[in-house]
Amino acid sequence: MSVDTQAPATAAEQFARRRQSPLQRIQHLLHAHPSLSPLMVLIISCIVFTIINPRFAQPGTISIILQQTAVIAALAIGQTLVILTAGIDLSAGAISILSMLLMANLAVNNGVPGFLAILIGIAFGTACGFCNGLLVTRLGLPPFIVTLGTLSIFTAIGLLYSGGASVGKAKMPDILNVMGTRFPIGPFNITLGVLVVIALAAVVGFALSQTAWGRHVYAVGDDIEAARLAGIQVNRVLLSVYTVAGLIYGFTAWVLIGRAGTASPNAIVGANLETITAVVIGGTSLFGGRGGILGTMLGALIVYAFNTGLALAGVDDQLRILTIGVLIIVAVSIDQWIRKVKA
Amino acid sequence: MTTSPTPTATATDEKYRGPAGELVDPSTTVLSARDLVKTFGRVIGLDGVSFDLKAGEVLAIIGDNGAGKSTLIKAVTGAIVPDAGQVFLDGREVHFRSPQDARQAGIETVYQTLAVAPALDIAANMFLGRERRRKGPLGSIFRMLDKSGMKTDAGKSMANLGIATIQNMSQAVETLSGGQRQAVAVARAATFATKFVVLDEPTAALGVKETGQVLNLIQQIKAKGLPVILISHNMPNVFEVADRIHIARLGGCAGVITPQSHTPTEAVAIMTGATTLEKG
Ligand SMILES: Nc1ncnc2c1ncn2[C@@H]1O[C@H](COP(=O)(O)OP(=O)(O)OP(=O)(O)O)[C@@H](O)[C@H]1O
Ligand SMILES: [Mg+2]
Repeated sequence: MSVDTQAPATAAEQFARRRQSPLQRIQHLLHAHPSLSPLMVLIISCIVFTIINPRFAQPGTISIILQQTAVIAALAIGQTLVILTAGIDLSAGAISILSMLLMANLAVNNGVPGFLAILIGIAFGTACGFCNGLLVTRLGLPPFIVTLGTLSIFTAIGLLYSGGASVGKAKMPDILNVMGTRFPIGPFNITLGVLVVIALAAVVGFALSQTAWGRHVYAVGDDIEAARLAGIQVNRVLLSVYTVAGLIYGFTAWVLIGRAGTASPNAIVGANLETITAVVIGGTSLFGGRGGILGTMLGALIVYAFNTGLALAGVDDQLRILTIGVLIIVAVSIDQWIRKVKA
Repeated sequence: MTTSPTPTATATDEKYRGPAGELVDPSTTVLSARDLVKTFGRVIGLDGVSFDLKAGEVLAIIGDNGAGKSTLIKAVTGAIVPDAGQVFLDGREVHFRSPQDARQAGIETVYQTLAVAPALDIAANMFLGRERRRKGPLGSIFRMLDKSGMKTDAGKSMANLGIATIQNMSQAVETLSGGQRQAVAVARAATFATKFVVLDEPTAALGVKETGQVLNLIQQIKAKGLPVILISHNMPNVFEVADRIHIARLGGCAGVITPQSHTPTEAVAIMTGATTLEKG
C-alpha cells in the first residue's frame, strides 16, 4: 500500500522498474490490451498469405472472407458473453438452426407473415438461451453439462420439427433473405448481413465496456464469490447473459438464412465448436473475466482468413484443420502466460 | 455497558435484552445479534451467539481458528443466512438475504477473502455493484458509466483516507501487492458505509507499516462516527484500537472484555479455554 507509482521511493523499486525485460513488457501490454495478439496474428498472416498468393489480397477474396465470417462471428458474440462469465455454450449453433427452421417453416408452410416469423424465431432463440440460463443458475449445473444436454435436445427438436427437410429460397418471403442482399462498397462486395453483424458487435461491445451490466459480467467471470460478496446479484447476471446469448443466436438465424439461401437442419453443423475457436483465438480467457468482442471478431476473421489463405496456398484440407488446432493451443497458452502478470 | 433503561416503551421490550440479559438502549446500539445459529451439515459454525455493537465503538472479535468469527459476521452482513436467531439494526429487526441487502442498509464488509475482482481496475472495484451513470441521455438512455467521475472519486477517497500512494486508479487489482489490495478493500468499505464497517482480518497479510496504516484507517472510520467490527488474531493491535473485545470460542462466545478490564495474556487464556470468564 506504500508503493508510490509516480516516483519510485526505494532503490529496490527502481531496480524492479529497470528489470522489466522486453518479454515482460509485452506481457504487460497484452495484459492491458488482450485483443492485440489476435490483431498481430491477423495482420501477419494476411501479409504472409498475400506473399504466397497475391490473389488473397484481392477485394473479391476479402469480400468472400467477410461474408463467410459473418455468421460464425455473430454467434461468437453470444459465445463471448457466456465465456466471459467462465461458462461455455455448446448449444450456440443448435439454437440458431432451430430459430432458422422455425422462421422459414412458419413463413413458408404456415403462412405467417415474414416479419412476424422472424420475430417469433428470434423470440424462440431467446427462450432457448433463457432455458440454458435457468438450468445453470437454478440447478447450479456446470454450463458445459447444461449446454451439452441442450445441444442434443435443440438439435433433435429441429430435426423433428422440420422432418429433416430444407426450405428452399424460392418459396421464402423476401424479408427472410434480405440479409444476403449484396451491394458494393468501393471495390468490395458486402452483404447486408456483414454490416448488421458489425453493428451487433458494436452494440454488445459498447454494453460490455460502458455499462454497469458489462462490468458485472466481467466481475462474475473473474471471481464469482467476490462478485457476490461485492453485492452483485450473480444469478441475475448469469441468467441475463445466457438469455442475451440466445437472443443473439436467434437473430443470427436471420443472417444465416440470407447467407445460405435455404433453411436446412444440416446448416453450420460445426458452428458450436467454431464459435468457441473464434472466441479463444480472439484472446478471451476460457477461465472468464478477460477478453472482449473486438478480439472475438478478430478471432473469427483469423479462422476464415486461414481457411482461405491456406487453400489459396494449395495447402491440404487436413493441414488447414491442423493449423487451426495449433492456433487454439497457442492462444490458450498465451492467455495462461498473460494471467501470470505481476506488477 | 449501557444498562440505563430509556423511558421509551420499546426499551423494556424483551428483544432489547443484551447477551447477559441486561436491558439495551436501542438509541446507542447500532446492531444487536441474538442467539444466532448456523450449521454446515454436521459442523456447528454458530451455536447461539449474541452480541451488540454500540454507536461509535470499535468492537474486536478474537478467537482461535475455526471459532466462528467469520461465520458470525457473515450472518449479520447477509453473506450467509443464519438458521436461527435475530438481527436488529437500529432497533428494527432485519433479514438480510444477500450481501446486497446489507450494503443497502449501510453496512460495508471487508471479507477475509477480500472479495475484489482481480481483473478489474481499482476504480471499478471501488464502485463494483454501485456503478454511477453519466448525467443526461448518455446515462439514462445509453446507460453509460461515468468512468472518469468514478475514477476521480476513487482517487479522492483513497487520498482522504491517506492512501495517496496508489495513484493509478486504472491499474488492475491483480497487479497490486497484497497490502495495496487490502487498502482498496478497506477504502471501499470506509467510503460507502453509513451504519458500520466490518473488517475480517484486514491486517493478516500485512507488514508492520501497512498494518499501522490499516489501524489508522480504523481510527478514521471511528472518527467519522461509524462503529467498526474488527476481527483479528493480533493481540497488540486489538488492545490498541478496540473499545470492547468479544471472545469467540467453539462456535459460541466465551465473554466480552475491555482492554482495561483484562490483559492480552488473560484474553488469550479465555480464548483458548485455559480460564473462564466469571460472569457478573
Ligand atoms: N461454508 C462452510 N462449509 C462448511 N463449514 C464451514 C463453512 N464455513 C465455515 N465452516 C466451519 O465453521 C467453523 C467456523 O468457521 P469460521 O470461518 O467462522 O472460523 P474463523 O473463526 O473465522 O476462523 P479463522 O480464524 O481461521 O478465520 C469452522 O469449523 C469451519 O470449518
Ligand atoms: Mg475467519
